[in-house]
Amino acid sequence: MKLNDLEKKMLGGELGAAIKAAIEHQVKVGEFFGAEDFVPVTQAHIMADTESLGEAGVAWLESMARSKGQVRVPTITDPRGTDFTKVGVLKHPAWIVELERRAIEAFKKLGVLMTDTCINYQTIQAPARGESVAFGDTGVVIYANAVCGARSNYEGGPSAVAAGLTGRTPRYGFHLDGFRRATLRVRVGFQPRTLNEWGALGGLIGRLAGNYWAVPYIEGLSAAPGSDALKHFGAAMASFGSIALFHLEDITPEAAESGGSELKISHQVNEADVEALQSAYAVEEEIDVVVFSAPQLSLYELRELAALCDGRRFTKPLLAVTSPQVKPDADRFGLTKIIEEAGGHVLSGMCFYQSYAREIAEANGWKRLATNSVKLVNILGGYGYVPLLATMERCVEAAEKGRLPK
Amino acid sequence: MGSLVKGEALVAHDGFSARYDLDRIKGVFSRPAHKLAGQSYVGKVLVLHTAKGGVATAWMLHDMASRGIVPLALVLNSVNPILVQGAAFGNVTLLVGFDGDITAQVPHAATVEIDPAKRTLRVL
Repeated sequence: MKLNDLEKKMLGGELGAAIKAAIEHQVKVGEFFGAEDFVPVTQAHIMADTESLGEAGVAWLESMARSKGQVRVPTITDPRGTDFTKVGVLKHPAWIVELERRAIEAFKKLGVLMTDTCINYQTIQAPARGESVAFGDTGVVIYANAVCGARSNYEGGPSAVAAGLTGRTPRYGFHLDGFRRATLRVRVGFQPRTLNEWGALGGLIGRLAGNYWAVPYIEGLSAAPGSDALKHFGAAMASFGSIALFHLEDITPEAAESGGSELKISHQVNEADVEALQSAYAVEEEIDVVVFSAPQLSLYELRELAALCDGRRFTKPLLAVTSPQVKPDADRFGLTKIIEEAGGHVLSGMCFYQSYAREIAEANGWKRLATNSVKLVNILGGYGYVPLLATMERCVEAAEKGRLPK
Repeated sequence: MGSLVKGEALVAHDGFSARYDLDRIKGVFSRPAHKLAGQSYVGKVLVLHTAKGGVATAWMLHDMASRGIVPLALVLNSVNPILVQGAAFGNVTLLVGFDGDITAQVPHAATVEIDPAKRTLRVL
């Protein structure tokens, strides 16, 4: 890779051991992908729950902090592995809490802002069109690329830490114009109505597209979806297909110039296809727990959830997970109180699947999990759950009656 | 990327994500729908189709390596940046991109040699 004078100093260790380690990692990755140089980034976002980090990852973070590393651009965090105020609800053992505390302490020493959110584009600062960033959550990356028109690859934790420390990232993939052009054209034959339908549609298109370098161009939607719908749509597409960018005809900012309308239609997705995907996650009616998470809930989703919870009394646990930025507003507006008076729990700063889902299941005896998140049902099978997909309304009813209504 | 290794190949035309597919405590593929479900991945050369899912693999390969329950190498038709970042961070041998479908060319359970410097995979 071609390095400028500053980057050469970083690589030579003149700016400290942490910066040197960071740029060495970035050069290794950049050279693998044939990056010619680095692109400066305005912000970095780090996925770093301790279930993923493990003891080794936390020790690495601590070593970077001991080396006096300091981030050069605003650097924020994805959800943590627990909500410290709800440890008793989750039944997280002390070792998980301690590992989380160590990771947080190391991040703070590096100058990282502990935002603990996977909806930073709704709550912290959405990137602008053309802005190069280093984001580290698939749902965040796909939203930033597709909806905002910003530029990011998937930056896994170590790479996002490195980008924060160096203020740059290798210029490859979705930082380059050529990779942002549509590669397949998908015709959609219906307009999703609920968040789980948006998620299911995204999941189907992700599965059809099939790999990171595919860029779907999607046409046929009759109305522009809102931010929460696009959040579930993108998160599910990224989860099912490892997709980082899509274009929606007449909706997303780069659709017109993506070349998608010039491609032959390769796939048609209809309502029956979405129903079939949802049916695959409707294998049981009895439930053990209801979870709203993945991505974290916006204020508007919590508002809708609170209205559905009002006056009910749950017989099964209901967890609603949001960001630390939204939670205080949910408290102020009385939404938390309504949900928790019904017997639910509003958690913040974590995300269910990033919070030791296997350990939570074993400690609480939870197996059959109902949710409206297509991303969550796609992930949790590997953690031993029987994930059940339903609308928010049906999930709330299931928390009350112990089974999903027909 | 990584060093030359020899080992037994675990082959499937399926995706790979450490979070989605593995029980990283027991060292087995745990996702019921995965074609390698129930099989141990420890010390094996995983010959798979493509990367899928999220970003956690970038940390998880490093963590698995520290605990000695990591695949010996990853061989895929295509990857996302996460597998490359994870292999770089965890020092796991990675070979990507072939003339044909590599999962159709390597017999399951064959002993293979991966040489990243020469960009070759040999069935021994």
